[in-house]
Amino acid sequence: MAEERRPKQCTVVVPTESMKAMAESIGVGQLQEESCVALSDEVSYRIKEIAQDALKFMHHGKRRKLTTSDIDNALKLKNVEPLYGFQSQDFIPFRFASGGGRELHFYEEKEVDLSDIINTPLPRVPLDVSLKAHWLSIDGVQPAIPENPPPAPKEQQKAESTEPLKVVKPGQEEDGIQNKTQGATSAESKGQQLDKGLRLKPRSTHELSVEQQLYYKEITEACVGSCEAKRAEALQSIATDPGLYQMLPRFSTFISEGVRVNVVQNNLALLIYLMRMVKALMDNPTLYLEKYLHELIPAVVTCIVSKQLCLRPDVDNHWALRDFAARLMAQSCKTFSTTTNNIQSRITKTFTKSWLDEKTQWTTRYGCIAGLSELGADVIKTLILPRLTIEGARIRAVMDGPVVSNIDKIGADHVQSLLLKHCASVIAKTRNPPDNVEQYRLDYGYLGPMLCSHVVKARTQAALQAQQVNRTTLTITQPRPTLTVSQSSLGGSGGPRTPSIIKVPSSLTLMSPRPGTPTQPSPPATKYIVMATSSGASSTQQVITLSSSQSGGTSTVQSATSGLQPLVKLESGGGPGLTASRPMQKYIVVSLPSSASLDGKGSGLTAISSSTAQLEAGMKLERSDSPGASTH
Amino acid sequence: QFILKMAAVQSGQSETEEEKEIQPETSNDGSRTDGRPPAGSPGVPAPSPGAVKPSAPGEEETLRAVLRFLQKNNLSESVEILRREAGLPDEPEDQTGSESSGTGSGGQEAGGGVGDAGSLLSRVSAAPTPAAATVAAPPPPPSKVGAGDDRPDVNVVLSAYSQQGDPVLYDVYYSGLKKFIESVLDCHRAELSQVFYPLFVHMYLELVYNNHEAESKAFFEKFSGDQECYYADDLRILSSLSKKEHMRGNETLLDFRTSKFVLRISRDSYQLLKRHLQERQNNQIWTIIQEHLYIDIFDGMPRSKSQIDAMSGSLAGEAKRDSNKAKVFYGLLKEPEIEVPLDDEDEEVENEEGKPKKKKPKKDSLGNKSKKQDPNAPQQNRIPLPELKDSDKLDKIMNLKEATKRVRLGRDTLPSICFYSFLNAYQGLTAVDFTDDSSLIAGGYADSTVRVWSVTPKKLRRVKSAADLSLIDKESDDVLERIMDEKTASESKILHGHSGPVYGISFSPDRNYLLSCSEDGTVRLWSLQTFTCLVGYKGHNYPVWDTQFSPYGYYFISGGHDRVARLWATDHYQPLRMFAGHLADITCTRFHPNSNYVATGSSDRTIRLWDVLTGNCVRILTGHKGPIHAIAFSPNGKFMASGATDGRVLLWDIGHGIMIGDLKGHTDAIYTLKFSRDGEILASGSMDNTVRLWDAFKAFDELETDDFTATTGHIHLPENSQELLLGTYLTKATPVIHLHFTRRNLLLAAGAYNP
Repeated sequence: MAEERRPKQCTVVVPTESMKAMAESIGVGQLQEESCVALSDEVSYRIKEIAQDALKFMHHGKRRKLTTSDIDNALKLKNVEPLYGFQSQDFIPFRFASGGGRELHFYEEKEVDLSDIINTPLPRVPLDVSLKAHWLSIDGVQPAIPENPPPAPKEQQKAESTEPLKVVKPGQEEDGIQNKTQGATSAESKGQQLDKGLRLKPRSTHELSVEQQLYYKEITEACVGSCEAKRAEALQSIATDPGLYQMLPRFSTFISEGVRVNVVQNNLALLIYLMRMVKALMDNPTLYLEKYLHELIPAVVTCIVSKQLCLRPDVDNHWALRDFAARLMAQSCKTFSTTTNNIQSRITKTFTKSWLDEKTQWTTRYGCIAGLSELGADVIKTLILPRLTIEGARIRAVMDGPVVSNIDKIGADHVQSLLLKHCASVIAKTRNPPDNVEQYRLDYGYLGPMLCSHVVKARTQAALQAQQVNRTTLTITQPRPTLTVSQSSLGGSGGPRTPSIIKVPSSLTLMSPRPGTPTQPSPPATKYIVMATSSGASSTQQVITLSSSQSGGTSTVQSATSGLQPLVKLESGGGPGLTASRPMQKYIVVSLPSSASLDGKGSGLTAISSSTAQLEAGMKLERSDSPGASTH
Repeated sequence: QFILKMAAVQSGQSETEEEKEIQPETSNDGSRTDGRPPAGSPGVPAPSPGAVKPSAPGEEETLRAVLRFLQKNNLSESVEILRREAGLPDEPEDQTGSESSGTGSGGQEAGGGVGDAGSLLSRVSAAPTPAAATVAAPPPPPSKVGAGDDRPDVNVVLSAYSQQGDPVLYDVYYSGLKKFIESVLDCHRAELSQVFYPLFVHMYLELVYNNHEAESKAFFEKFSGDQECYYADDLRILSSLSKKEHMRGNETLLDFRTSKFVLRISRDSYQLLKRHLQERQNNQIWTIIQEHLYIDIFDGMPRSKSQIDAMSGSLAGEAKRDSNKAKVFYGLLKEPEIEVPLDDEDEEVENEEGKPKKKKPKKDSLGNKSKKQDPNAPQQNRIPLPELKDSDKLDKIMNLKEATKRVRLGRDTLPSICFYSFLNAYQGLTAVDFTDDSSLIAGGYADSTVRVWSVTPKKLRRVKSAADLSLIDKESDDVLERIMDEKTASESKILHGHSGPVYGISFSPDRNYLLSCSEDGTVRLWSLQTFTCLVGYKGHNYPVWDTQFSPYGYYFISGGHDRVARLWATDHYQPLRMFAGHLADITCTRFHPNSNYVATGSSDRTIRLWDVLTGNCVRILTGHKGPIHAIAFSPNGKFMASGATDGRVLLWDIGHGIMIGDLKGHTDAIYTLKFSRDGEILASGSMDNTVRLWDAFKAFDELETDDFTATTGHIHLPENSQELLLGTYLTKATPVIHLHFTRRNLLLAAGAYNP
């Protein structure tokens, strides 16, 4: 009997206030309360009746979505004039407004100038209906062609991993083949087979076909190989191919083992490649990764917090790897964290624990902070902001105190810029102006004044922009930028790249957001590849070589080689012309430090991140002259 | 004396329970305290509550009531006749007048209420007893009640739902019955539980009709959760009904009022229920059962819960057993003998392949030469069929040739599926059809167009204009080729004409015509020679949901929102037959392979099979829990499959009129079903983006219909959906709305890509 309790069905009635509002809108004021009640009852009933009739039209139209035309047809059925003007296929653009203690939804109709319509060019003619035939099944087996869905949909992968005892009938292809080969034609033997299958726990087969083995070999080799073009292709294949789920366990092991070995050997390049593989796997919409998180997450976390990730910590840019891995971690927290596995809280706990430890090295410290701050504003607010004072003191101890080691100094410097970068935006949102330097110093200690200037900057930008795009999540989920960057750097891998002239639509000035800290007297030139990807237009790729010879104060980084200096300027905040004309433009800046040019990189990143254009610091480190490149 | 005592006890019980409603009167006539003899003929509901009692006073009461009704309507002659036959004395006229004014059909509630209470009392036999007296209220003035007490007004009985008790007690009645049914033996419980839903509906409607809005709402909320989940749709409609004014014009309500909800209950269970209701004096419920339910009593074992669930779910309960008794000639017609020029070759091939193609109709053309006609087949000329033209004969020959190359399908040889995706169909693809030879495909769209494609290299051409045609040499051999206008050759043609979404299309068997039906209420016949509209058949005033050509051409069937299926002939602008009986929209229509029968599926969740010759409904098949959108006949005409929005495919044996299979697997509405050419595989296509293949051979083969099942209609369905499911083929994002087996058993599927 009572199989399910349905929600109360007869109580849904249009509120009487709506009746009043409607009456007023047609000029009937002072509607009696009783009349309102009576009207709303009647109206609710009629609306339900019409909705039920409209459903009929939806079913016969073979749709799952009720459209306005269904309502029209239902009205026609009742001999009522249909409502004209609601032609939208997808949604009715109702807008919500409240005021005077009243809430209402209304249909916004803009006044349209007729001449505007006449003068606008005609839209493209939509494509005509066409027929396309494909094989859904050949002799009972579904061929793996693009027209067909991936062999094992995510739900099935999930079912297989969560309920292994349940006999899945994956289209019966395997069954059919087996039976054909065994020649089991009689119904009895078939029945027995079925019975057997039902009783036994199905063993999960991880045997790969010869083609799959070849594919796996090729892909893994390309991913960690030296040819950047091949790597790009391989990563794209991982990110888009629908039929990879059989190889997923192998990929997962490959990555986790790879990270384990290469962390010990401090092979930064390989770690980066492996992280890019993780990203590609996560980008693939057809894979059910939950089953392999136990292997992937430790690998990623290792790349965030490991004490040492490269052979020369003072020179190599392992910070970028930590940033990238932190972003990966944040992404997987977002996608996979549930109330049962508690990934996010566990990860947060891990990071916090090692961050709070006094003995933690600066590298790990950086990783922990990066990992935490990528998790979102709330985490920053509750976990990082309260510790700013302590952390500031620690940084000052390194900066101002006796020179202990260069590595510590660099580490402290990075932690500082990282903290400034992430905290400023959060503070700008939570803290009310005015931004008083002294007050900041009081609240946040050593970092206070710098934070103050950052916050001020963030505020002015927030005022400039109507909406703040979450840069990290947006760029990280798009596989394309990384791929194009890596392709673009193909030319550079052979030898020293000749810087080309950038054709940026408007001048760009790269702002250094904080006072220059001339720790390195003559830093070598940092190469930047700037990619302008405007929507629709073909992307243009440029290489800028920046000599990060900073002058003091909020200096402009001279973003070109000496010869090209006047041509390239990266402008912070983006000129109004830039934002107005090309709002979709993306700049991807990839730093190519031939030696430790961490300052330039760091400041570049900060400047870019706060600019209006969407910028991403790519992961690719091109080290044509470094030993890392020759190791593989 | 003993009886009197019994009655007194009973009435005492009832009064403690129903004291609020019934104001026991001491003035009640003691002579009619005759207890309650067992009711006779429960199968035939009595026109008035009085007729429950076959004893003399009850009969007389009824007769008087009828007399009064006749008198009121000035049918004096009938009154005379009745009076003479019944031997009743004349009655004074004035009494009639005063009463009918006092208790006019529910219009005056107060009067009706009291009158009703009176009539109730008259049956409850409330003799004054000490027990009753303690709780009894002072008697109301006899002038008001007395009349109703003696002769219940017929109007009260005839107008549905004006029966009125205290609304608060409905709750008590219903929970009382619920308690009782939950306490009976398990074997009866399932059967008796069937009573809940119709009772609930009628009680709710009575409350609404009598303007007890608050009580009806409370009643609904309290008990709607108890109803079977497959009634959810109807309950939703009911829930929106909360005022008497809403009842006018509500279709669902109308269905409930006009049709009796049919229940099949075993005699034992029925006796149990009856005894309970009589013991508890539960007249309110008893009246509803008498008036609004049709209880089909059978002898034998009570049915189990699963048996009942399999058959129930339709808007008006199960089908009566005798409605499925008529003989159905489900056999196939004898194929005309055609001199096949390549006959020898064909025969050789077929002889080599052996017997297994018995079921396919075309093979029969050979077999029939020697064989006598199928005893289950209708007479060849039962309905007049169009004569075969030369082109038809050619087509049959082609068909035969193709048939020899047909793949024999089965469990181990599944068909290949070729999927035709309609791309860029933003206007909404609503219907698809293939020609029998799979050379043309047509799509109906929500923007009221119909498009025809050629899927062979042969392009679609129009016949030349009349002026050009006159120039053609009519004696030449290739005149058929010459009349075509080469300039108009294209892969697809658009047919404009409808003024609303096209919901159904069907090619004629000879590929010269195309039918389409639309929301605008018309069915249109298009010529595929000129690609123009030839006829617009007007008759349905509301949207037409489906149409189909007869397998022999000439006739076609259409059905739509007006609940009437119409049979047309292409050369008549008015329908030849109108099949009325469904209680809700007719959602799909299909011809039986022998063209003598038509099956219609409806939103009332029943399938009806109609005899084209007589226009009678020969089968009512219940069991679906949602509107039926797909029906398919097996090629041998013996079986039928139907699919509904509930995602289940049901298999039916037409000859016995019983359900023989329930295929579960789809997760969304099924829009198309098709048997393979030799009937061994059933393919189903659904909104859940899958094509599924089922082992129809096994489903029908394992079937043993014993006489018992055939006569009682009690079915035991094996739970073997998973075994019968041979394959599931998922499309990317394309709901499957049409399936078609080519003559060589390649499965074609179609749908609009809908990312």
